[in-house]
Amino acid sequence: MLNMIGFVGAILCLLLGWQFPWSKTPLIMGLCYGLASLGVSVMMRAGQVSFGHALYAAIGAYTVAFVTRAYPAIDGIVLLSAALLVSGLAGAVVGLFMVRYRGIFFGMLNLALSMVVFAMLGKMYNWSGGTDGLRMERPTLLGFTLERADFESSLLIVVVMCVVGMVWLVQRYFKSAAGEALAGIKTNETRLEYLGLSARLILWQAYVLSALLVGLSGALFAMVQGLVTPDIGAWLHSGEYVFIAVLGGSGHAIGAFLGAAVFETVKLFAAAYMTGIWQMLLGLTLIFVIILAPDGIVGLMRRKSVHRHQEDA
Amino acid sequence: MNLDLVLLAVADGVSYAGLLFMVSLGLTLICGVMGIVNVAHGALYAFGGYAACTLSLQVMQNTPSTFLLLLVLPIAALMVGLVLGTAIEAGLLRRIQGRDPVQQLLMTFAGFMVLEDVQRLIWGTQPYSAPDIIGRLGTVNFFNVTYTSYQLVLIPLMALISYAGLMFFLRFTSTGRQVVAVTHHREMATALGINAKRVGWLTFVLGATLGALGGAMAAPTTSMVPGAGADMIVLSFAVVATAGMGQITGALLASLMIGLTRSAAVYLAPEWEVAVPYLIMALVLLVRPDGLFTVAQARRI
Repeated sequence: MLNMIGFVGAILCLLLGWQFPWSKTPLIMGLCYGLASLGVSVMMRAGQVSFGHALYAAIGAYTVAFVTRAYPAIDGIVLLSAALLVSGLAGAVVGLFMVRYRGIFFGMLNLALSMVVFAMLGKMYNWSGGTDGLRMERPTLLGFTLERADFESSLLIVVVMCVVGMVWLVQRYFKSAAGEALAGIKTNETRLEYLGLSARLILWQAYVLSALLVGLSGALFAMVQGLVTPDIGAWLHSGEYVFIAVLGGSGHAIGAFLGAAVFETVKLFAAAYMTGIWQMLLGLTLIFVIILAPDGIVGLMRRKSVHRHQEDA
Repeated sequence: MNLDLVLLAVADGVSYAGLLFMVSLGLTLICGVMGIVNVAHGALYAFGGYAACTLSLQVMQNTPSTFLLLLVLPIAALMVGLVLGTAIEAGLLRRIQGRDPVQQLLMTFAGFMVLEDVQRLIWGTQPYSAPDIIGRLGTVNFFNVTYTSYQLVLIPLMALISYAGLMFFLRFTSTGRQVVAVTHHREMATALGINAKRVGWLTFVLGATLGALGGAMAAPTTSMVPGAGADMIVLSFAVVATAGMGQITGALLASLMIGLTRSAAVYLAPEWEVAVPYLIMALVLLVRPDGLFTVAQARRI
């Protein structure tokens, strides 16, 4: 059922963007949030919550900005690949250290690192443009030079394709031996080690994957905005990713996007009708989710479909 | 860098470390006893600060006494700690007791989001301050440096009083020893007749009050603005993680370390100021993954 929701959702996004041009930017933003939260929820499957993954969004976004400013003629797809490469490399190096920590230390160390980078990005004026950030030209996509409206439409298609591909990939990973072992870290790490598996290696693989996902989201975000500021690496964004991942649940890769949909809806609703207290609404939502549905939206759906199967039998 | 500047940097660092320590003390106490990292602690800091500003404005108009004006700070902190501490502990945390620590962490994160907006609804977005206190207490001179006595004497003094008071409470009073017992083994302590629920509440309110006290003491020196709580919580996290969870004396040393290094950075390399506490924390955790002062513990099976 969740796979079906994924396909319907992807087609719905494209239809919405085609029918209502104003919805293209919020859709891309929402999907970017979903991608980043998917990265966080990969780590959450191992019971590790990172409060600093916005770092990789910043790495992806600044890679796009630096490359396109150095080589203005470069294509958007190449930019995305470069961002993937750099954020993956960064995740591989940082991950070597991070996999030694569990629980709150894991979360805090990620947070600390992202804060250092965030602060540096804001201060290193000649290099990163400081808090004003870096502005960049609209890149070509697959060789086509596009006007703003067409660029947004094409970018929406690219984003939806990325999302579908990533959800498929992550879901395959969850079902693979390494992915099942990853969930084993949450259940009982000692037992995993007794089975002859290296918990650190498994966690490292997941960490690189999560860095890739968040990096891709940051790069797409930079391309749709045309502007990269240090704000993209702020810890509040890391918090939002965690929020969405919890809301959606880490049981299925689609969860992050269901969570992102709810998140964006609450935010839009609050911005329209209850300006000034949208954070309170989000907080209350989170409280209810934790008390009533600790496994998120995906967990709720699974529980329902299990009930139905039992009634059928 | 001449001697005066060094002294000035040390004074800055000590005063800042005092504030940082009071907030971290509350955080590490709650963490040690309940095993919860309380993200809402940042909101308690902010509420303490705002409440102190509002109260001291009222008191200032009605009495010329400096002592009463100073007394306002701990009273504001106690009020905030009692009300919000009880609300968070009984309203949120008790409902998910015994669940995954990550969920408890997220619960306090949700509480923090709600409280941030409540604070904005009560006090708005304009900056608040309680500056008169510093002026009334005057300045102190040492060597060639002049510094406000509030920041150089009162804040570190208050931090040391909190530290000594908490140590005395935990070591020498019956309730305090019950808190320690629950920290070591909740189930065993309950079996011995300790009311673990009450101890949990007490610890949380105590920790919350310390966080609010940090805010109240900071109120005269800075202006309270939205977002102040978020900055503080991340910083005091760094202190607690550097020292090791639940290490009270460790937190004292770690705040001094971070406070002094930070003020040195302000004079030597200003652009590194924000990053310094996290660099220290990352370096410490790389060498000692459980913090500087954590003692090895036997694993319970």
